[in-house]
Formats: sequence, structure tokens, C-alpha cells
Amino acid sequence: MFSLDFSPLLPYWPTFMLGAWLTLKMTCVAVFFGLILGMLVAFAKRAKLPVLTRLCIVYIEAVRNTPFLVQIFLLYFGLASIGLRMPTFAAAALAMTINIGAYAAEIIRAGLESVPRGQIEAAECLGLPKWRIGWHVMLQPSIEKVYPALTSQFLLMMQASAIASQISAEELTAVANTVQSDTFRSLETYIVVAALYLALSLVIKLIAWAVGEHLFKRRRAIRLAAKRAGKTPPDPQRIDTVIPGGAA
Amino acid sequence: MSGGFTSSHLVYLVQSIGWTLVLSALAFVLGGIGGFAVMLARISPRAWLARVALVYIEAIQGIPLLILLFIVYFGLSVYGYQVPALVAAGLALMIYSSAYLGDIWRGCIEAMPKPQWEASECLSLTRWQTLRLVIIPQAMRLALPPTVGFLVQLIKMTSLASVIGFIELTRAGQIINNSIFQPFLIFGLVGAFYFVLCYPLSRWSQSMENKLNVSNR
Repeated sequence: MFSLDFSPLLPYWPTFMLGAWLTLKMTCVAVFFGLILGMLVAFAKRAKLPVLTRLCIVYIEAVRNTPFLVQIFLLYFGLASIGLRMPTFAAAALAMTINIGAYAAEIIRAGLESVPRGQIEAAECLGLPKWRIGWHVMLQPSIEKVYPALTSQFLLMMQASAIASQISAEELTAVANTVQSDTFRSLETYIVVAALYLALSLVIKLIAWAVGEHLFKRRRAIRLAAKRAGKTPPDPQRIDTVIPGGAA
Repeated sequence: MSGGFTSSHLVYLVQSIGWTLVLSALAFVLGGIGGFAVMLARISPRAWLARVALVYIEAIQGIPLLILLFIVYFGLSVYGYQVPALVAAGLALMIYSSAYLGDIWRGCIEAMPKPQWEASECLSLTRWQTLRLVIIPQAMRLALPPTVGFLVQLIKMTSLASVIGFIELTRAGQIINNSIFQPFLIFGLVGAFYFVLCYPLSRWSQSMENKLNVSNR
């Protein structure tokens, strides 16, 4: 009878840790650029240029309706075939950025649409420049509303980064593949890696919560005021446009 | 590199769509059954059962499908069960989708107004009768759009079965690409096939969602 034996994996502990760190790094890079891309696309889709709107729709729908694995193959092998060879880490991060960009754009767009028309008109009446209306009146409140949806999307993306192992980009799953072929302890290796991914999701949830607390001062102020007045804080307005299972 | 993309390659790709659909259907049916059980456990009045279901959902949602696939595939094989890749992939997808579907459906059940439960209790319906005759038929309407949305994800997720050697659309694309290195054409085509499968479902899900949300527009 086979029994689980984790001891051969002990020497590989630093390798696992490095893999987890690389996954985290890849996710952070992709989230950062993906969020910027998503914001730009969300605004571009609202622009009164039919061509631009159409382009954004094509981009969003193409990314959302094809598997991430195919996207990453297309990008990595496709670019290699026309002579543009890039490191696997860069290719994986780029594919993830493109993927996150489409999902984030759709989520942010839902937030932008929830900004009351009157607020934008009021800002226009006050003579605020266009970019300030976009940044202060539209983008910031809508990000606050869709923040939970965004973070769960990023979490899904962190998991989808496992797929980058298929172009042998160095991250946790790729590390696991190497370790299991070294030790022949495949089941144990993947159980350890599953636990590491769980821990990573907890870390990302924690980071997301801390960043949210820091960023949305208004939310904190409202809660503090409610506490001082002895009332329960009002339910924060939020929009959940979580695309179940996202990415993949 | 020998030869270009021929019609027999195209036929091979189109045929492999069938396997993608078989795997998707298998995963959806199995995942639906599992998801229903998870949903029942999650809304169970027994606190321990609800907690077990919660831990299950949280754990599965925190693990990438790829890793789950490896665990099932290698897990079965080290215990001496040499199963075909279809079975391993179906099983992994079932575990994965049952967690997501269970969570989606729980949300829909809990969105039903409380008085519905109370009224059923007044009519002396049992808990199971209440669920079956009152709550679920109404929750169906809410559950359909996200469920179809998840089906899209599921179809895309079947691409991961290629990793353990199950020959579906993505794997077929890889095999052809290995022989005639033309990745732009082949993976573009593979992507287009997935798009054709997924886009109508996405649109359907979206339009149902819009109909449900008419009131708060």
C-alpha cells in the first residue's frame, strides 16, 4: 500500500519558497500593468468614437471567451515564430497583463456606469478639467465600489499563473514539476504546492484588504464616524460583477 | 519543417472539438450534481455540515485547477488506479466546478426572501419540500445567468486537460504545431474555435442578466 511521505521534499523547501515568490512577483507585475490597461480600456470603451468602442469590445470579448492557455501559447510561440523571442517570465507576465486588462476593464466599466450622471454634470459646472472629472469624480469612487470584484479577479489570476508553467516560465507550478521529476514524489509535491497556493491566496487577500483600508479613506472615516455616533456603519455600496471562475 | 497547414489538419482540429464538448458536458453534469450537494450542505441547519462545506469551497477556490488536475491524476495512479485521462480530467473538473457551482447556487437560494420559508413552514411543508417546491423553482431564475456564465469558464478550463495528455482542442493544436511550426495560424484557429463555442453562451448569460436587472437600471 502506498503511503504519503513528505520527507524527500524537505531539502527542496527553499526551491518551493522561491517558486512561491516568483508567482507572487509575476502576479503583482501583471496586476499593476493590467489594472492600468483595464482603466484605459474602460474609458476608451465609453469614448464617443465608434471605432475605439468597437475595438475595445473586440479585445474584451476575445480575451474573455478564449482559454488563457491558448492565449499564452499564441503569444509565446506566435511571437517566437516571427523572430521575437522573449524570456518566459516576460511572456507569461505579458499574457497575464493582457488577460487581466480585459477582465478589469469590464469590472471598472460597471463601476463607471454607476456614477450618477448628475455628479459628472455638477463637476462640469464647477469647471473641473476633463482629466480631474475622470480621476476624482468617476474613477476613484467606482474603483472603491468594484474593489471586491477586482480583488477576487486578481486572486483568480494568481491561480491562472500556474498555467504559465506550460511555457516553462519559472513559477511555483514549474518548480513543482521539476521537483517531482527529481524526487518521484509527485502526489506529495503537488499537495505541498496546493497548500502553498492556498497560503498565497490568503496573503493576497490580506494585502488587498490592507491596501483597501489604506486607499479608501472615506470608507474608514465613515466607519469611524458611525462608531463615534454609536450607530452601525452603513452598508458600503459595492458592485459585484464577479465573473465566476474568471481567467482559466 | 515539412509541409504546411492542410485540410486534414483542419479536420483533426474540428474533430477534437467534439472531445472538448464531451469533457465539458461530463464536467458540467458531474459538477452540477456535486455542486447541488455542496449547496445543500452549505445551507444546512447543521452548523458543522455548513462549516465543512465552507472550508471545502474556500480550499478548492484557493487552489489552481492545474494543481488539482495533477493531484487527481497522480493521486489515482500512485494508488494503483490507471485511469484514462478523460476520467482524471472529468474528476478534477467535477471537484473544481462543484465548489464554484455550490457557491453560486447558495447565493441564489439565500437571495430568496425569508418570508417564503416562513410561509412554507406555516403550510407545514418539510424543509425538503420547501426547497423543492418553493425555493428552488424561484431561485432557478436567478441562478441561470451565472450558471451559464460558469459553463463558459468550464469550456475554457477543459483546455487544461491537455496537460495530462487528453487530446482535446488545445492538445490537438499543440500536436499539429509540433509538426508544422505555425503557431500564429494554429493557436489563432484554436482560439477562434473556443470563441465560437463560448461567445454565444456569454451573450445569452449577459442578456438574461440584463433582463433580471431591469428594475434597478
